[in-house]
Amino acid sequence: MAVAAISKYEFAPADSQDKFHGAQLLYIGWEDHLLFCSPFCFPFPPTMRFGDVVAGPMQAAFGYHPDFAQIDWAKVEWLKSGKPVALDFDKSLAENGLKHKDVIRFRTPGLNGINGTCN
Amino acid sequence: MDMQVAKKKLGLKERYAVMTRGLDWTPSYQKMEDIYPCIAYEGIKIHDWDKWEDPFRLTMDAYWKYQAEKERKLYAIIDAFNQNNGHLNVTDARYINTVKLFISGISPLEYVAHRGFAHAGRAFPGPGPRVACLMQSLDEIRHAQTQVHSISNYNKYYNGMHDFHHMHDRVWFLSVPKSFFDDAITAGPFEFMVSIGFSFEYVLTNLLFVPFVSGAAYNGDMGTMTFGFSAQSDEARHMTLGLEVIKFILEQDPANVPIVQRWIDKWTWRGYRVLTLVAMMMDYMLPKRTMSWKEAWEVYFEENGGALFKDLARYGITMPKCAEQIALEKDHLSHQAWSTFYNYAAAANFHTWMPDEDEMAWLSSKYPESFDKQYRPRYEFWREQAAKGNRFYNKTLPMLCQTCQIPLVFTEPGDPTKICYREVDYKAEKYHFCSDHCKEIFEHEPEKYVQAWLPVHQIYQGNCFPEGTDPTAEGFDPLAAVLKYYNFENGRDNLDFDISEDKKNFDEWRGQATKNI
Repeated sequence: MAVAAISKYEFAPADSQDKFHGAQLLYIGWEDHLLFCSPFCFPFPPTMRFGDVVAGPMQAAFGYHPDFAQIDWAKVEWLKSGKPVALDFDKSLAENGLKHKDVIRFRTPGLNGINGTCN
Repeated sequence: MDMQVAKKKLGLKERYAVMTRGLDWTPSYQKMEDIYPCIAYEGIKIHDWDKWEDPFRLTMDAYWKYQAEKERKLYAIIDAFNQNNGHLNVTDARYINTVKLFISGISPLEYVAHRGFAHAGRAFPGPGPRVACLMQSLDEIRHAQTQVHSISNYNKYYNGMHDFHHMHDRVWFLSVPKSFFDDAITAGPFEFMVSIGFSFEYVLTNLLFVPFVSGAAYNGDMGTMTFGFSAQSDEARHMTLGLEVIKFILEQDPANVPIVQRWIDKWTWRGYRVLTLVAMMMDYMLPKRTMSWKEAWEVYFEENGGALFKDLARYGITMPKCAEQIALEKDHLSHQAWSTFYNYAAAANFHTWMPDEDEMAWLSSKYPESFDKQYRPRYEFWREQAAKGNRFYNKTLPMLCQTCQIPLVFTEPGDPTKICYREVDYKAEKYHFCSDHCKEIFEHEPEKYVQAWLPVHQIYQGNCFPEGTDPTAEGFDPLAAVLKYYNFENGRDNLDFDISEDKKNFDEWRGQATKNI
């Protein structure tokens, strides 16, 4: 339903991809690690290799947690919009089907936060 | 022959009628719908504006007299507070962060409420609500002013408050209260009255204003306590107006009921999300606590609010459905909020810290279901790391909810180990939410929320750097540029309380007052 308004009420979305200078937004959350209070928001070029996202910005954002260094990336389970997805480290974000404002989460079996408390 | 002698003075009732209803007139050469263009489009049907019962019989001249008297008392106390270095009487310097949160998060809302009630008053064809809105509009600007004046004394000595209004319009977490009020004042006059007049002033005010004022009283902050008391009689009037508005609209036409119910559902949730800031203030930021957030919610919402909604049941109004989820969150809300500000301590205009052992014990006792299990292990880890010189400062920007603009920090209802994610596709764009309720609010009026000025996205669009900044320059530090844009002094206004200038100064000044140094 549209807004109740006295006249025509249409606005362009404030966060369409064309406003990010060639980047697209990607949200990334680490399941069972609430030490990080919320998922992160990153601007990446769609051509960026997914493996580089993991090794660079994700390492910088999540690396504080002692679990991060122990992750076996072959065993990681990825979710996109809450559903399992296969992500290829050697492909770009676009080739992996990741679009502007997509949200991915990763689960690291066996690594469930500080003493297994999901922190 | 009997002469009819005109009474010299009007009785209270007549005087009131002359000074309110008597000021109205019926236009003869302009159409009513041209003069009051905002009154029909929300779908609310009013058949008889004269059915409005004025909840308080106050005329403008009496209003000025009362307010002037209160003002004189307030400023006398503020003067005394300032002259006697009242700021050194607070429990400890951590308390002052509550004041920072208030001045940058809440006081600017008083000003916006002033504008909102002025607009609503102008929009209503009935003289009764128009006069009531006018008075509330004046109250609100007075509150903004008295708060600024009371708190300005703290600004002389402590950091983070020097440009509160500039910050309110820009800083990531202040977009939460700001966007809440912007949503309300950009709605129609009836929705505004239900959102602010009823849901906020009537249903939730005891959870906003009272915790700050009683927190001030418990922690020796005479300045804040005094403006709270000075505003109290106004607040009582605002609550009465909020309730009268609801009853008036509901009695006018049965078709109004579902519209009002939807507004109550929406604004109770929107208001509650803003109260996240109050929850953490109550449980973490007051060195001497008044009550826990959970206790406050139970007393002021579940008990008092429950009685209110029982009373409104005769109009067909029911308890907002979000109450169920809020009940599930009450064991977690304040801890999740404090964790968030501990994470982003580099990007806030107040300091954060880890609770000490006594405070942890208090939290365990108030939150036996959740604290030791979920939050203590997190805090102990952070505390150990800080002791090793590795204090956690999260430098990566968070994912925000499109509606409430809070980062996605809230967990799934019923599962405190999983972040709650919700999303919607609308016109080829994806939108994300912290909860089913924020998602539903968006889905009802997507055109309104697609425009949201989400601080994180605005930073990535390059709109939050000082003018003339070149983000492509070598060695560009985006965080430093954003802090400059916020007018934060990095290292002074932000970071951990333990290393703050506030702590150092307070200890030194209080030491001068109490010891021979």
